[in-house]
Amino acid sequence: MEGLERIVREHPFFAGLKEEFCELISGCAKNVRFEAGQYLFHEGQTADQFYLLRSGHVALQMSQPERTFTVQTVGEDEIVGASWLVPPYRWGFDAKALELTRAIAMDAVCLRGKCEGDHDLGYEMMKRFMPVMIQRLQATRLQILDVYGVHN
Amino acid sequence: MSMAFTTERIAAAADPMVPRVARLRRRRRDLNDVWTLVLEMEDGSDLEFAAGQFNMLTAFGVGEVPISISGDPAKAGGGLVHTIRDVGFVSGALARLAPGEAVGVRGPFGVGWPVAEAQGCDVVILAGGLGLAPLRPVIYSLLANRRRYGKVALLYGARGPGEILFRSELEQWRRLLDIELHVTVDHAEGDWHGSVGVVTALLPKADFDPDNTLAMVCGPEIMMRFGVGALRDAGVSGSAIYLSMERSMKCAIGLCGHCQLGPAFVCRDGPVFRHDRLGSLLSAKEI
Ligand SMILES: Cc1cc2nc3c(=O)[nH]c(=O)nc-3n(C[C@H](O)[C@H](O)[C@H](O)COP(=O)(O)OP(=O)(O)OC[C@H]3O[C@@H](n4cnc5c(N)ncnc54)[C@H](O)[C@@H]3O)c2cc1C
Ligand code: FES
Repeated sequence: MEGLERIVREHPFFAGLKEEFCELISGCAKNVRFEAGQYLFHEGQTADQFYLLRSGHVALQMSQPERTFTVQTVGEDEIVGASWLVPPYRWGFDAKALELTRAIAMDAVCLRGKCEGDHDLGYEMMKRFMPVMIQRLQATRLQILDVYGVHN
Repeated sequence: MSMAFTTERIAAAADPMVPRVARLRRRRRDLNDVWTLVLEMEDGSDLEFAAGQFNMLTAFGVGEVPISISGDPAKAGGGLVHTIRDVGFVSGALARLAPGEAVGVRGPFGVGWPVAEAQGCDVVILAGGLGLAPLRPVIYSLLANRRRYGKVALLYGARGPGEILFRSELEQWRRLLDIELHVTVDHAEGDWHGSVGVVTALLPKADFDPDNTLAMVCGPEIMMRFGVGALRDAGVSGSAIYLSMERSMKCAIGLCGHCQLGPAFVCRDGPVFRHDRLGSLLSAKEI
């Protein structure tokens, strides 16, 4: 457990988080690994975890018969998943490990409970998730703009 | 007669408004709509240029357009290299030239990349789409004089895996151990195992000292704006960020005003500008 707490504390996503919060959220954490090609989760499933990547790469994908589109890849030190934060707590895409990937999985029900119990912790979590969400929204806008297209 | 002819030729060569004749030696298709042309001056001369400069190329009977030089500045006799995307009448006519056909060349023009100023610094090259073409001469120069520079990172973003420019060269550079190279695409399907996301997301992966870094950025203007923002957020000062601007051109020698960008003429004062000198002009809707 102590090892896990250290890993959580040292993950850049939680940089500077108060010691007591680290302890609290470490109770919701577990170490996981995914082989290349293995899915972390699938679109439509309940978003009951999110992942702090420690190594490897994960592709966020959407599929239709015979076609799979990768909309983003995330790697070391980044996070996978925000759907656990807001109802209906359902994944909007597939997440597939592109190579051996090690991560900390955070139990969403556990974490949501702790955030409800201590709103300071909840606010901390929001402050950490919002910039990532905004960055990803901005990136998505640029991707939609298709800036490298012929008429740009 | 022959004397008069020679004098005329010399006078013409000295007049920057008169195109010199070159012939297409060969062309290679890089992407569906992008071609690299290797030209040879008809009089056998080499056209010296600095990385980042451009030529005005004439497709005879069609028109003239500015195109950056994408070859190696140190390679005399290698031909004059341009990489062209077929977007319209003139670029299309140039892209369709057959070997041996004539092209008009005026130039080279403009202020290039700060390759000499970058010596002793880490160098970050941020390129998007066809923006890699004007930066390729910089990469050749850095690699030829590798010891004069600190860490070198090349970050390249393309539309999709099938639209990665100079792919075999990128693969070659990736194998070099003294340059860091990251490639990302905006969208991917199927078996692409590389990175997907915007080019600015590559910046945190690159190893450089922001206080001693010179950055060169080239691509569509929106991409450059966000690229500059990400470099600034990473701690690189505006005086150490350079970008190459595009405006439509006619004379290319600072006379007609077609390429005006605020107080500057892109053809004469650019196309490469230091970011802090451009200021708000980079985000102005119309100038
Ligand atoms: C300094 C400088 C360096 C350049 N270097 C290169 C280069 O290395 N390679 C290259 O392919 N191009 C380069 N360009 C852009 C090139 O000059 C234009 O693509 C060209 O002038 C288009 O002329 P056209 O007659 O073929 O197209 P037009 O018939 O004038 O235009 C056809 C269509 O293409 C669009 N278009 C026009 N210009 C551009 C553009 N710059 N980008 C995207 N779409 C455009 C127009 O909006 C129109 O929809 C450079 C421009 C400048 C100013
Ligand atoms: S193109 Fe004429 S001033 Fe620049």
